[in-house]
Amino acid sequence: MISKEEVLHIAKLARLELTEKEAVKMQKDLSAILDYFNVLKKIKSSKLKLESLKKENTTRKDEASENPASFANNLVQQAPDKKDGYIKVKSIL
Amino acid sequence: MFKKLIRKHFVIKGIIAMLDLTITQIHEGLKKKDFSSTEITKTYLDSIKKTDKNIGAYLAITEKLALAQAGRADEIIKNEKNFGPLTGVPCSIKDVILVEGEKCTAASKILENYVAPYDATVIKKLKKAGTVILGKVNMDEFAMGSSTENSAFKVTKNPHDLTRVPGGTSGGSAASVAANQAVFSLGTDTGGSIRQPASFCGVVGLRTTYGSVSRYGVVADASSLDQVGPITKTAEDAKIVFKVISGKDPMDATSAEYEFKETEITLKDLKIGVPKEYFTKGLDSEVKSIIENAIEKAEKAGAKIIPISLPTSQFALAAYYIIQTSEASANLARYDGIRYGLSEKADTLLQTYIKSRGAGFGAEVKRRIMTGTYSLSIGYYDAYYKKAQQVRELIKQDFAAAFKKVDVIFCPVSPFPAFKIGENTADPLSMYLADIYTVPINLAYLPALSLPAGKVGKLPVGLQIIGNHFEENKILGVGEAMEKMIQ
Repeated sequence: MISKEEVLHIAKLARLELTEKEAVKMQKDLSAILDYFNVLKKIKSSKLKLESLKKENTTRKDEASENPASFANNLVQQAPDKKDGYIKVKSIL
Repeated sequence: MFKKLIRKHFVIKGIIAMLDLTITQIHEGLKKKDFSSTEITKTYLDSIKKTDKNIGAYLAITEKLALAQAGRADEIIKNEKNFGPLTGVPCSIKDVILVEGEKCTAASKILENYVAPYDATVIKKLKKAGTVILGKVNMDEFAMGSSTENSAFKVTKNPHDLTRVPGGTSGGSAASVAANQAVFSLGTDTGGSIRQPASFCGVVGLRTTYGSVSRYGVVADASSLDQVGPITKTAEDAKIVFKVISGKDPMDATSAEYEFKETEITLKDLKIGVPKEYFTKGLDSEVKSIIENAIEKAEKAGAKIIPISLPTSQFALAAYYIIQTSEASANLARYDGIRYGLSEKADTLLQTYIKSRGAGFGAEVKRRIMTGTYSLSIGYYDAYYKKAQQVRELIKQDFAAAFKKVDVIFCPVSPFPAFKIGENTADPLSMYLADIYTVPINLAYLPALSLPAGKVGKLPVGLQIIGNHFEENKILGVGEAMEKMIQ
């Protein structure tokens, strides 16, 4: 069983607000799910090779694509808080 | 009076018949001018308005768009002799795929008012093909679930039994096709989300090979698993839609150079693998006998049945839920209350993130973000995420070895038919178990078809036909041959 402190720590890392009730349920559910994951411990590690996991990267040419101004405007319009065609963000520091 | 009654009777019969048509039959009807696209589109819109109070498949009906598209399709049909097979054909779209100017909610409160600023590549292709979009259909929030009960907006019911779930996550897609509210639908399949609802609703569903269809403009769940695919009434219809939506897209780096090639497939001498791990404890006995019956019929038609083993199967579900939640927790970081979607007012930037996400995400999405964040965090990464990736490699190797011996693999889609609404909502793990036969295919980047194979009472059961990478032509061909025998 994972602790409630751990649940709240993970929630903070995930930028999630949990109510008291949600945190209690999450502790129970998460513990059951992580318990189920323990089935993977049954696999002999000698069977596991990592070499084949290396993937090739796919790249494209670094070229600017032309889009109408309305496209950028459509994207900015989705922001909850905006001003003069810019998205407003609270100060970070 | 009598004459009028007879006419009315025929009109009603005509409408019902129109709603039963497949893509191929509609195409023929449009060619012969039996009806116009506008007529058929209106018939479907009426059908949705009449039946959706009970079914609850649609989140939004895009009537204006549909009628405009149908009008344009009728122009094309009038002027061009050889119009495409999807021209004028009405469909529904899972609400995780962007249709420009229409809402796209992913069935989440966090995107409740999000309007798509552009078309997904698959939508661009459907529009170019002259398809008519009737509306956006329900799903589990952010495509996480197995019953469509995780939608923030409504519960969709199984058209075969309104007390049961349609499956998930593309439950709205499957229900809309099964209830004659669309000729076909586009869904997405991350761990079984096309095949399982297709199985539960008695329709055909194609999970496509990873990379065969562009995901540009599709709300991301888990990027190494997600694929778009069709839900249709027949295997032939699935082929028609797949041909239109597949292919390389410069906007999706994971899409592959691929073109569908038609091949003649017969069951005679076809090598069908049957994995013993998919017929063990936990499989409903009636589902088992339906699948075994289908295998027997294939054998009688000349196929060779070859017992195979996929030994890593028992670890697939755990590996899947580690990988899916890890990738989803990263993908869903974008919902920050700043760029789009729901935003809760707060004093600091950090509190804006925390409160917006807390208020916008539903219980299952939160659970998966938490599980994924845990699996990826320092101290647990090796035991969870890394181990799951290694298991994924073993699963890939299992299938690669199997496909050296067989052409396709037959097994069930789901261990049981559609379950009752509310039956599995209290315990997340019991819901995850519904995915046990579908997730290995996603982990191995493979294509698979769900084909109606029989019924337990009134509940449909799907046969899963798994193929090797980019062998959709094979599994669709086998599907076409099989559906002639089992329906």
